[in-house]
Amino acid sequence: MTTTDSPQPTATPKGPVSRATARRRRSGDTERGFSRVFRWIATGAGSLILATLAAVALFLLLRAWPAITASDEEISSAVGRYPEGTSLLEFIGPLIFGTLLAAVLALALATPVAMGIGLFISHYAPRRLAQVLGYLVDLLAAIPSVVYGLWGFLVLAPVVKPIWFWLGDNLGWFPLFAGDVSATGKSLATVSVVLAVMILPIITAVSREVFLQTPKLHEEAALALGATRWEMIRTAVLPFGRSGVISAAMLGLGRALGETMAVLMIISPGFLIYSLQILAGAQHQTIAAYIALDFAEATGLAVNALIATGLALFLITMAVNMIARAIVARRKEFSGAN
Amino acid sequence: MERHVKLSRFTRAGSAAMVGALALTLAACGTDPNTGDDSTAEATEGGMELSGTLSGGGASSQESAMEAWRAGFQSQHPDVTVNYDPTGSGTGREQFIAGAFPFIGSDAALEDDEMTAAEETCGSDVIEYPGYISPVAVAFNLEGIDSVNMTPETIASIFKGDITTWDDEAIAADNPDVELPDTDITVVHRSDPSGTTENFVEYLSTVVPDVWDFEVEDVWPVEGQESAQGTSGVVSTITAGEGTIGYADASAIGELGSVAVGVGDEFVPYSPEAAAEVVAQSPRVEGTADTVWAYDLARDIPGTYPIVLVSYHIACTTYEDAETAELVKGLYSYILSDEGQEQGTAAAGSAPVSEELRSEFLTAVETISAAG
Repeated sequence: MTTTDSPQPTATPKGPVSRATARRRRSGDTERGFSRVFRWIATGAGSLILATLAAVALFLLLRAWPAITASDEEISSAVGRYPEGTSLLEFIGPLIFGTLLAAVLALALATPVAMGIGLFISHYAPRRLAQVLGYLVDLLAAIPSVVYGLWGFLVLAPVVKPIWFWLGDNLGWFPLFAGDVSATGKSLATVSVVLAVMILPIITAVSREVFLQTPKLHEEAALALGATRWEMIRTAVLPFGRSGVISAAMLGLGRALGETMAVLMIISPGFLIYSLQILAGAQHQTIAAYIALDFAEATGLAVNALIATGLALFLITMAVNMIARAIVARRKEFSGAN
Repeated sequence: MERHVKLSRFTRAGSAAMVGALALTLAACGTDPNTGDDSTAEATEGGMELSGTLSGGGASSQESAMEAWRAGFQSQHPDVTVNYDPTGSGTGREQFIAGAFPFIGSDAALEDDEMTAAEETCGSDVIEYPGYISPVAVAFNLEGIDSVNMTPETIASIFKGDITTWDDEAIAADNPDVELPDTDITVVHRSDPSGTTENFVEYLSTVVPDVWDFEVEDVWPVEGQESAQGTSGVVSTITAGEGTIGYADASAIGELGSVAVGVGDEFVPYSPEAAAEVVAQSPRVEGTADTVWAYDLARDIPGTYPIVLVSYHIACTTYEDAETAELVKGLYSYILSDEGQEQGTAAAGSAPVSEELRSEFLTAVETISAAG
């Protein structure tokens, strides 16, 4: 630093030297040469992400506009999938429902398992095993979604089909398991299982890191008071990690909401229907999979309608993320960390 | 000190960039010499050796046939690269009208307004002929049963969901020799918009309009049935289920059982020849340019297999660029040649176009030339 170059008595009140330093600081003199260039690069990178977001939002709005403003007759005659007189909202509504249902189910399946894996790695497993296991879970994230799709529809669907039939026969009174069980296993239930596997690594990775950061003193204090390991985890680790696990789950939810290829390949889609019957075929469709399904053959206003559907997905994803942030921010104050 | 570090870092980055640039240059050099070495290629009729790149796209139904045609054409002309992007028919037609694809495949003939726009883009007439004809099989998975006879009414009722078990009287009546199980019927259709769906649905609504009272579109009209994406998706879904039935390109159905379709008083199992006969005997759409062969398919000619997917080859008769014109002409001539037809049948089960029609198409293809 420049201030150390010239010797100066520390006791003297603010003299001419420190004023000169302040002036130099003000004129940006501490940022010489590449430091300044790097500042521009960093600022540029920061604003680039904002610009990209704005560009995407603008693109979606502009290209969706013709579909949003079109009359019901126009849009239902332009898009083969819309029965006559269907409005854009009537069509997108069930898609949003299907998207959220699949993502929430996947999250419900994945989060407890991910927390279990995270706790095992951070607090139970021998060190070497923990490393290998952590590495393996991370590997799951590296599998391309199209491979998950193939696996889900060629391998998993036939395997889980008997389970779905059993659920349908024995627990059919429960709304989620009502209705005719799909004979091919290509139902939302199968999709949710695959999505759960897909989001498992991200939730596990984040939870594991959070659990590992639990202050050793908290853990030892709990143990010193006579807590068993489970009680220690319940009183020290989980409260500390709660907000971290919630943000991990939200990251996973984000991935589940936007997942396209795996859903596209597995689901037997159904449109224009709000249905809770996750074991039945042709009851649900997600937005991302629908866009991928229909885009290849869409022309004119149908393309705009698809982009409007994409805009809806963009908005719910943003909303979900904002809600998640709000939850995390609120929870932070009550977490065991302070 | 800081300055020194900075400089050396820049120098290092600079040399890295140099090395990269050098590698690129070398790589670029490397691709050049391997062309034209083994010039065993036959010259085209004009004696001119073809070279260059041709990129088209469109109907995904033609993809596997086009793959074979591409390979065959390229092995005759080693300096030629042909790309076919299976974007789907709709996108293909859009790209053709926009001038982005010089040639396309499309599962439907150009509509009137599309034709006008395309002629404007080409600055000339458009060539359009059914280049890929493929039977669409009604395939099912029932253990131990390879073939079932069905009248069009029965097929329509099954796919509509009115007939729900395999031992239904309507099916049993036409199959006295087959032991039909009481398995539930699960209909599997295409989830994506597809030319196969459109052809199948068009067949049903032409032949049995009083049973199949839906609009003809490229998306499946009946709600609440199982579906899968793409031909392979449908085939694997049928294979994985029991009592499943669906429709798919006949070349793709593998070991599945298939339906012999009722035409008049007889039941015709699918075959490429029986499918090609439909096009050969159907009337050509009138009022189009001489170079346009669009067909209203007749679905009731005895002895023919009536459920066919007819996919058109579409190109301009003139191109601004002489190289493109020669390449399109060369490719289409190859496809219509004996060898090309054999390749198409072997690779994709495409029905060979009849000799008579082929010579007509070829005459039109020969007229492709550069503008001005």
